Amino acid sequence: MTVNDALFQYTLRLGDTNLILGQRLSEWTGHGPFLEEDLALTNITLDITGTAKSLLEYAALVEGKSRTADDLAYLRNDRHYFNAQITELPNGDYARTIVRQAIIDCFDFYFYTELAKSKDETLAGIAQKSIKEVTYHLRHTASWVERFGDGTEESHNKAQTALNELWQYTGELFEMNEIDEILIKEGIAVDLNLVKAKWEQYMTDLLQKSTLVKPENVFMQTGSRKGIHTEYLAFILAEMQALPRMYPDAKW
Amino acid sequence: MISKEQILSLLSEIPDPEIPVISIIELGVIRDISIIDNASISLKITPTYSGCPAMKQIEDDVRKKLTENGFTNITIITIYSPPWTTDWINAEAKEKLRKYGIAPPENTTEDKSWLTGKIKSIACPRCKSQNTKLISQFGSTACKALYQCSECLEPFDYFKCI
Repeated sequence: MTVNDALFQYTLRLGDTNLILGQRLSEWTGHGPFLEEDLALTNITLDITGTAKSLLEYAALVEGKSRTADDLAYLRNDRHYFNAQITELPNGDYARTIVRQAIIDCFDFYFYTELAKSKDETLAGIAQKSIKEVTYHLRHTASWVERFGDGTEESHNKAQTALNELWQYTGELFEMNEIDEILIKEGIAVDLNLVKAKWEQYMTDLLQKSTLVKPENVFMQTGSRKGIHTEYLAFILAEMQALPRMYPDAKW
Repeated sequence: MISKEQILSLLSEIPDPEIPVISIIELGVIRDISIIDNASISLKITPTYSGCPAMKQIEDDVRKKLTENGFTNITIITIYSPPWTTDWINAEAKEKLRKYGIAPPENTTEDKSWLTGKIKSIACPRCKSQNTKLISQFGSTACKALYQCSECLEPFDYFKCI
């Protein structure tokens, strides 16, 4: 694999993770628990989808095969998507959406902080941009985890159940393969072991503060780095891709 | 040949699509202008927020304005580094925001104490009281947070400092 191939795959993976998460979260738009929270989650969704656009545009450029960002988003099937599985899982109740979001915001916070130092100027630029937004996201979702965990018996139970169900999808966030190895040597990719230590620490502190129990010795799901997904991804793609596939070259 | 100052003055006529009291130049999203000749120009533009829906509108408005002024070959490149910061909005533009009813961003983004829970007091753009409270970190657009004044009781937007 050449460095350029690896850079394409890496950027695509990051783009896919943001795109699928943004698409999933957008289901909440207009359905939030109250107006301010609806606006908050919609704003977070907008940032994430915007980051996906920047990344997929760059992936298309790196690939150099005249595919556009839209082609990448709308004309690939599930087995050619590399988003982390946690992003494609159904939203569930609000506690579950927020717990997942805090897990990912915390990952993104440390991940983009590292990626901002990348030797690839475009990735570093996108990361510098993203980190400013993610800082707000994390502050918001972490404060909700605390309120749910340390709130009523019902909110605590819902948050704990979400945590227990979602934890098995966190291992995948830190998996590295040949793509990462090639790009780490070039000073482009992030060593996810560095991110993992910081993420673990933050999550441990947050869960403790929230009176939630961190799941231990959990079997970790895997597969997305090879394009293997849960049953949920194909349904998201079906909805997201229906229009461009039915009306190819349709213009907005 | 048309000068850079003339281009800047043309682009200063384009209002921000969501906050029409300030121009896109005052917003600081136009990062570089290279004039090739009287028909060709290349601009570098940076987004305020990654998903800001106004960016497309700004790009369209820039193209329209330049086309009206004789440019036929317009290149607009999106750049991400250095990332946009509210520090690029000058004092004059901040005053315009305040008069429009939006509390302007604080002077510097260096102070990160708010991250650890310390909330700065934001002055109410209407009655100038410092006795205000945060309603939500997220508001009507990506760049704003929602506050309420505890003196005059008016809710107001605060232009988030990033």
